[in-house]
Amino acid sequence: MNAKELKKYFPILDQEVNGHPLVYLDSAATSQKPVQVIEALNDYYRLSNSNVHRGVHTLGNRATDLYEGARDKVRKFINAASTKEIVFVRGTTTALNLVAQSYGRANVKEGDEIVITLMEHHSNIIPWQQLAKATGATLKYVPLQEDGTLSLEDVRKTVTPNTKIVSVMMVSNVLGTINPIADITKIAHENGAVMVVDAAQAAPHMKVDVQQLDCDFLAFSGHKMCGPTGIGVLYGKQHLLEDMEPVEFGGEMIDFVDLYDSTWKELPWKFEGGTPIIAGAVGLGAAIDFLTEIGMDAIEQHEHKLAAYAMDTVTEIPGISVFGPKRGKDRASVVTFNLEDVHPHDVATVLDADGIAVRAGHHCAQTLMKWCQVSATARASFYLYNTEEDIDRLAASLLKTKEYFSDVF
Amino acid sequence: MSFNNLDQLYRQVIMDHYKNPRNKGAIEDGSVTVDMNNPTCGDRIHLTMKVEDGLVTDAKFDGEGCSISMASASMMTQAIKGKNMDDALKLSQAFSEMMLGNDYPDDLDLDDIEALQGVAKFPARIKCATLSWKAMEKGLQSEK
Repeated sequence: MNAKELKKYFPILDQEVNGHPLVYLDSAATSQKPVQVIEALNDYYRLSNSNVHRGVHTLGNRATDLYEGARDKVRKFINAASTKEIVFVRGTTTALNLVAQSYGRANVKEGDEIVITLMEHHSNIIPWQQLAKATGATLKYVPLQEDGTLSLEDVRKTVTPNTKIVSVMMVSNVLGTINPIADITKIAHENGAVMVVDAAQAAPHMKVDVQQLDCDFLAFSGHKMCGPTGIGVLYGKQHLLEDMEPVEFGGEMIDFVDLYDSTWKELPWKFEGGTPIIAGAVGLGAAIDFLTEIGMDAIEQHEHKLAAYAMDTVTEIPGISVFGPKRGKDRASVVTFNLEDVHPHDVATVLDADGIAVRAGHHCAQTLMKWCQVSATARASFYLYNTEEDIDRLAASLLKTKEYFSDVF
Repeated sequence: MSFNNLDQLYRQVIMDHYKNPRNKGAIEDGSVTVDMNNPTCGDRIHLTMKVEDGLVTDAKFDGEGCSISMASASMMTQAIKGKNMDDALKLSQAFSEMMLGNDYPDDLDLDDIEALQGVAKFPARIKCATLSWKAMEKGLQSEK
């Protein structure tokens, strides 16, 4: 694949910021959108907009076909067995909350355990904290190795027969660590627990196969994978979803409504109360078409190369410390770093003056920041449209930042 | 160096306060204590003030954050020491206006603080500059 060619599909990248050509290195926060996705949204509103699952009229049928067609694209994308297992939600956070509130409330009780890891994003911590508080269950953390990876030995020590839920991120949004989800799932299942996967940073960047992972639930967001904001996916094994109660009640999700009781639609619609995120789903479908045409393996290889190049280039700058797995180790294309004496906000402001967008802050991972013994870091994250030249620009600007701050002091 | 617009943000006096913060630490017998953080970026401040007969007789801060937030805290503690609470709060009001790029009363002795004017042109950094002032306001309001 040719990133330079692919960049042309992203109109937003073709602009100057503060007098310099934009280098966008914040795709872990949200990715940019190709014209294919922008046009799909545009076409939907211009030609097909209508409510779904109710119209006898032509537009109603068209919108329903597009919406349900997008569901089937998602199914294929993650190799789920059936579209009944694909629930459209607002994003990863909503998906994880749905599992915690529905499956969790029904299956976790006092004395049970919920196991997560020390590297989780807040969206995979707080729903379980709340569930533990509401049920009297214990929330346990798998510790991290010195290089920011998990050891299966530690997972085995933390997960016990009392564990009801294990929830782990597939790829760390800070450390770039790629976690051995299939192995962790085995350990969860041996102990009778269900396995929940936060795939927000994995689905955009690598092949995710829910049947191969054998996980019970998996969540991801459309906006990090070239799709629009406001649409995400909860995958769940059919037999688990069948037994779960909805968490939102109202229109669209009901079968029969009586004065004092009602019944629910079948899967997956019982979880989609209210008019669904139709345009969002259509946009996500277009994003999946775009990614599939390039090929997830090609994207993964490209980013693997970028990650290695970034690690080589950035770590060579004196005074830079990089968090997470070291050079040469398998890692996702996220490079989180600090420049000695210069606070990450200041780094990000100076880079921005050079047209380079990076994230600065705690990256919604305050527990992980404590483990890193910092309050904030800077992060550069890459996607299919980034090139080695982008990383050269980053490295050159970091050198300038260092110089600038030694000048002003 | 081709960072001319940045020079408006990172003025010499700001970098001096960042490198050599005034009033860093905590007052043991401080009558007012405020902890505040900026949840979006992780900056945090621990502010202690001594208020006697409506007068701020001492102020110290501890915390972590970027050059702008720490320099601003240093300047703020310097500015309010010896002022009565109303004047300190008036100063805070003027500072808010300055951050919004608005006019503010010109009869106030802002001294070093005026160096922070440039922050108004960097919207993402305004919250950094106002953190310690918000903490001071909260502390003095509760003392009133």
